[in-house]
Amino acid sequence: MGLRKFLDKIKPSFQEGGKLHAFRSVFDGFETFMYVPNDTAKAKGAHIHDAIDSKRIMSFVVIALTPALLFGMWNVGHWHYIANGEQDPAFWSSFFYGLAAVLPKIVVSYLVGLGIEFTVAQWKNEEIHEGFLVSGILIPMIVPINCPLWIIAIATAFAVIFAKEVFGGTGMNIFNVALVTRAFLFFSYPSTMSGDKVWVNQNYMDCITGVSGNVDSYTAATPLGQIAAGDPVSTSFMDTITGVMPGSIGETSVIAIALGACLLLVTGVASWKTMLSVFVGGALMAFIFKDKVTDNFEWYEHLTVGGFCFGAVFMATDPVTSARTECGKWIYGFLIGVMAVIIRVLNPGYPEGMMLAILLMNVFAPLIDYCVVQSNINKRAKRAIKVKED
Amino acid sequence: MGKLFSKENGEVFKSPLNLNNPIAVQVLGICSALAVTSQLKPAIVMGLSVTVITAFSNVIISLIRKTIPNRIRIIVQLVVVAALVTIVSNILKAYVYDVSVQLSVYVGLIITNCILMGRLEAFAMMNGPWESFLDGIANGLGYAIILVIVGFVRELLGFGSIFGFQIIPDSWLLDNGGGYLHNGMMTMPAMALILLACVIWAHRAYNKDKIQ
Repeated sequence: MGLRKFLDKIKPSFQEGGKLHAFRSVFDGFETFMYVPNDTAKAKGAHIHDAIDSKRIMSFVVIALTPALLFGMWNVGHWHYIANGEQDPAFWSSFFYGLAAVLPKIVVSYLVGLGIEFTVAQWKNEEIHEGFLVSGILIPMIVPINCPLWIIAIATAFAVIFAKEVFGGTGMNIFNVALVTRAFLFFSYPSTMSGDKVWVNQNYMDCITGVSGNVDSYTAATPLGQIAAGDPVSTSFMDTITGVMPGSIGETSVIAIALGACLLLVTGVASWKTMLSVFVGGALMAFIFKDKVTDNFEWYEHLTVGGFCFGAVFMATDPVTSARTECGKWIYGFLIGVMAVIIRVLNPGYPEGMMLAILLMNVFAPLIDYCVVQSNINKRAKRAIKVKED
Repeated sequence: MGKLFSKENGEVFKSPLNLNNPIAVQVLGICSALAVTSQLKPAIVMGLSVTVITAFSNVIISLIRKTIPNRIRIIVQLVVVAALVTIVSNILKAYVYDVSVQLSVYVGLIITNCILMGRLEAFAMMNGPWESFLDGIANGLGYAIILVIVGFVRELLGFGSIFGFQIIPDSWLLDNGGGYLHNGMMTMPAMALILLACVIWAHRAYNKDKIQ
């Protein structure tokens, strides 16, 4: 193949003594991204051998995210034309408008994140970690369309440095990097992350520079925003399933997210236990609080509005930050669902609780694992003592 | 020791400012450093208050160190510190009332500041008044330096001002037609912790070989 030949041809100049040695880790990163490396660990010792490496796993997640992303683009364009007075916007023009509006966010997120990763890898003389492949696409999907680009750049830089690199890079982070980005945006620049003007892009420039609170622009509240304000919810249950409603770019459509979830489950990248238990926990808690919500909102709609599905499928199942023991996954997911609904219903300040719930449980995941492992050890120890006594 | 400005005394004064900094190296007094640094002015007032209190409590304890019964020394130290804190707190209320309102309980909480008890126990109980005075001033200033650095960044990015003077003009703000927004997290203690960590990080990276 042409690409393989080209890579082999330029390889020597990146190796020790070559004139482009300084960019060795960049080259390595691209080569292993394009091709599975030939040299694997020796077939000795206790390592688990598998043909799939972490770059391939990351690619699966990116593919799984694509339906939600494409739908999000169409949704952005759809609401743009509705905000500008069109009753029935055409499909393709909606999609292409959304593409043009979302693309800058993706580019900024990848440029900043990968820039920092490459610099750190080069500086520490390490291989480039592939973790940002997924974070970089997640970040634009969990922000409102009118979030200014420079703010996304700052938040991405903050998250990559303080949530990931200081802990030792990919695979070592305690918190989900994309969620830290969102948390930083949420607490630092609340006016760009909530309210009723950020969800619908009326003028194109708003998605680059942000929308001013003083300008008289189109307003559209998310269902959760309406609940927080005490207004009746205007979105029907069907719309929350299909996703034709205002919201963060990738989070609105349950159907598109379900497609991604299927791929993740079939390929075994994400754990079905975590995913299922998030929904169980959320449903249980929503049912308990079913008298505490506004009109036109059934308890089960908690599972379809806001970032609940997106968080359950793509954030809670992050293999690095979630619990790793099988029993721990049930507890971890269940508590995420419970916490998310508790925050939504009981906390007047934050309409959406999914982000905070997952970040909170990220902290507890190692503790859950520790307890699960310890209880197993104790159980076995007791059994051993019993056998001895008999 | 004898001489007032001997080499040993110079060392007593210099080390808390850099290589033995109470915040950056000993990691003491973090709570108040997070609480009062959202703006520069309260940060400086707090730094100066701690400096004054540390210096004079050091001197007083050092003067009476030989008469304090060992078993009740902590109580004696606390009484001295509490008296000084009350004096400083009342002076602040009298002359800079707005800052004292901003500092609220944190002036009173200087009593529990680990730096103070640490210096009294570790230095004033076994050194003369003049050395203790230098040590108190230096530790207070070492604390103040970090507060000023953190307060400067937090006020600039969180409010767009320095000492209350607007540095970033209002016309830059998004609501007024510009594109800029103040960083709300800078006004919260969480960000102070991260900034503090950055200061410690930079300090340790710079003095790699000198700090154990």
